[in-house]
Amino acid sequence: MIDARGLSCPMPVVMVQNEVKKSSPDEVKVLVDSKVCVENITRFANTKKYDVEVTKKDGEFELTLKKR
Amino acid sequence: MSKRINIWVLITGVLVGVAALVLTAFGNPANMGFCIACFLRDIAGATKLHSAGMVQYVRPEIIGLVLGSTILALATGEFKPKAGSSPATRFIIGAFVMIGALVFLGCPLRMVIRMGGGDLNAFIGFAGFAVGILIGIFFLKKGFSLKRSYPSTLTEGIAMPGLMIGLLVLAIAVPSIFAMSTEGPGSKHAPMILSLIVAIVIGALAQKSRLCMVGGMRDAVMFKDFNLIAGFGAIFLTVLIGNIILGNFKGFSTYNQPIAHESWLWNLLGMALVGWGSVLLGGCPLRQLILAGEGNGDSAVTVLGMIVGAAIAHNFGLAGTASKLAEDGTYTPGGVATAGKIAVGIGFAVLLLISVLNILKKKNKEANA
Repeated sequence: MIDARGLSCPMPVVMVQNEVKKSSPDEVKVLVDSKVCVENITRFANTKKYDVEVTKKDGEFELTLKKR
Repeated sequence: MSKRINIWVLITGVLVGVAALVLTAFGNPANMGFCIACFLRDIAGATKLHSAGMVQYVRPEIIGLVLGSTILALATGEFKPKAGSSPATRFIIGAFVMIGALVFLGCPLRMVIRMGGGDLNAFIGFAGFAVGILIGIFFLKKGFSLKRSYPSTLTEGIAMPGLMIGLLVLAIAVPSIFAMSTEGPGSKHAPMILSLIVAIVIGALAQKSRLCMVGGMRDAVMFKDFNLIAGFGAIFLTVLIGNIILGNFKGFSTYNQPIAHESWLWNLLGMALVGWGSVLLGGCPLRQLILAGEGNGDSAVTVLGMIVGAAIAHNFGLAGTASKLAEDGTYTPGGVATAGKIAVGIGFAVLLLISVLNILKKKNKEANA
């Protein structure tokens, strides 16, 4: 699980990018705390052919990226 | 429409361009419908933090942008007080971003507006801005981070919106307490109510679309994400087409441009400082205002740093001087004084130090806390 809570742009996307580059995993889980990060990571994930599921709880968002 | 470009970014870009043209038509200085750096500097002047008589006015645009962001963020549940991501470092970066912008004579937003007005000096500034962003990206890739922010108190979240409401109330109730330019750019302004309403709308749109001048190029280079840069392009094209329609466009030239100088090296270096600093901050001066409106205390501190940077720039003669064409035809080219050049040099040294010292070591990268 990547914990990108509280990090400003574009760090959360950089962290996801590094993870995808490193091992091209089938699934990546990311925890963020702003809608902007959800949007940015979703746009990035889509370009890398990952689908994104978002679960919201207590003002935070858990993103599950699954390879298409 | 590509799914990768949010329609709101394009709408916001077009409306920012239209708003800039409207505000200029109603009295704002030429090619300065919006300029975050210039308007924060005018507020610094109005509140007597500096005494440059030509640039003193409580710009309602700044107040409106922050409050527009606050209103929409509250309505959509995105208003979240948070802070704690290296605030003092952000303050210092904010001050140097402002000094770089005032050497060039405009923030990234005014740079685009100047480009759309045919000012070739702004294209040179844009080249510098791009170089600065690339330097910032280099450090991001090396692991630069100002570390996390954390949920904070309500007072932290409402600090900047509250300050703006206070400024607005005082500007309406007792305007005489503020310094106000009678000549120069500070004396040129659209009616207060028009500026305020237009800026509230733009602030809300910028909050929704996440419009950011530095984010556009950063995301395009780092992730091949062209979402935000589309907004940048939309502003440029709207202002360019608008100026042509309104008959303001006289072709592309470096000569005698409104509130600009032709010192190409310092236009380039000033904006390089802005680009680099803004990447480190995570957004351009406009974006900092919008984030401060959403309750981000770190961005509020950055905005305060920019205001102090503006005061320093004018108290110590660092800001660029605009070229002037006198009525008798005498042309006096503007430029940057030695003090301003030294300040830009110091700015680069400080940003380098901040960039290097905040690269997370590999073992800490995972934790990133």
